[in-house]
Amino acid sequence: MTSATDSKRTPLYDVHCQLNARIVPFGGWDMPVSYSGIIEEHLRVRHHAGLFDVSHMGEVEIYGPRAEAAVQYLTLNDVSELQDFQLQYSALCNDSGGLIDDITICRLAADRFLLIINAGNIDKDMAWIQQHLPAGAEATNLSDQKALLALQGPSAETILQRLTPAALPALAYYHATAARVADLAVLISRLGYTGEDGFEMMVDGQHAVALWQALMEAGQPETILPVGLGARDTLRLEARYLLYGVDMDESNTPFEVGLNWLTKLDKGPFIGRDALIHAKAEGVAKRLVGFVLKDRGIARAHYRVMDGDTPIGTVTSGTMSPSLEQAIGTAFVPPAHAKIGSEFAIEIRNKAIPAEVVRAPFVPRRVKR
Amino acid sequence: MEFPEGLKYTKEHEWARIEGNRVVVGITDFAQEELGDVVFVELPEPGTAVAAEGTFGVVESVKAVSDLYCPVSGTIIEVNTDLEDHPELVNDAPYEDGWMIVIEASNRAEFNELLSPADYQSYVENEAGS
Repeated sequence: MTSATDSKRTPLYDVHCQLNARIVPFGGWDMPVSYSGIIEEHLRVRHHAGLFDVSHMGEVEIYGPRAEAAVQYLTLNDVSELQDFQLQYSALCNDSGGLIDDITICRLAADRFLLIINAGNIDKDMAWIQQHLPAGAEATNLSDQKALLALQGPSAETILQRLTPAALPALAYYHATAARVADLAVLISRLGYTGEDGFEMMVDGQHAVALWQALMEAGQPETILPVGLGARDTLRLEARYLLYGVDMDESNTPFEVGLNWLTKLDKGPFIGRDALIHAKAEGVAKRLVGFVLKDRGIARAHYRVMDGDTPIGTVTSGTMSPSLEQAIGTAFVPPAHAKIGSEFAIEIRNKAIPAEVVRAPFVPRRVKR
Repeated sequence: MEFPEGLKYTKEHEWARIEGNRVVVGITDFAQEELGDVVFVELPEPGTAVAAEGTFGVVESVKAVSDLYCPVSGTIIEVNTDLEDHPELVNDAPYEDGWMIVIEASNRAEFNELLSPADYQSYVENEAGS
């Protein structure tokens, strides 16, 4: 669907309007930023459950006899040990080792892989994949056909279990299952972007409304709320998950943003490997750290990080944490300032507000391990 | 959406309650609804001189930073320090406990530039929003 202004809309647009959502343009999409309010929605996810429409995200299937080799070549993490219906967090890099996108990969079969990619990068990623796909593999962009809903919070399993015969207690973190939910065909993945237990559900677009309504109704005893992109951002920042285009872009290597762990330099050839081997040997010039403010103020994207009178870095993400009631943020700083406990200042409207580097995550993650 | 009588308004979505030379200032119901949850308010010290249409501080929601504009010129004589620990008062009671500053006005002629409740409501409904 498109609006008069050429903004794209998910199949749930009318539902969001009926729920009085505040709709804002987001990367070419008209999306709900909030319904009842960002703080209320955020806290409901932390304490009970929230339902997100993330259908704007992209889905690409890579299939064929050499699909695994293709995915291995295109991405940073190692897919060779994945079992069917197992997922992993990964990334696409260019030849210089710069991050093109952060993605989630689900192995559906030895010859079929599903990539979940950021909404703002669908065209870019698809063009890159088509350009670099080795022989023996094909790629299809399923984004316009699929809807994606996220149910997140400590009550998520209880709620979803009412609607599916799949045995959810046995569904492990970063694993998926194809199951009926409210008698609809759904790919259920146990993961999310909030730091809470939860599920992301991929369904054909024509079934999105039915799935949404079923989940909202099933979640009433647990006081489920619809949750918009505003709370999605505060939740992910509290959990220290990265946001592409805000925390990193093609000018960043995975090492600068703490993605060393998924950069498998020994797995065999992949795009960017040589540059990344070199970058690792050289060491990073800056690192992304998390900090809290020690005095009144809120750090925002692009605010300067100061060491006395010397600018040493830049804030990428910042907000007032609804869970902690404290100002938190992430910033690029030189490695010497990146240790836990390091102190610097954030320049907020010409005042230097003291800040301290803290461990990730800001709020403990409660994903099911 | 509330547009109380007895107040004057500006196109920047501030309200002013005129009590002789004292002008109590805050942001309107429309403004707080547009902002969403207010999480931080930055106000100047009493004694600060201000000019009509200049900024006197900042109100921050979860997602955004917005300037606050003076409806009239003068000197700030009172500041609502409750907003430091309870910024949500701006959302819950924008015209009462969410008041922000009191200005000792230096030019009463400026009062004539302010909008009536009806004019402000008309502005909000036709120009400023949906």
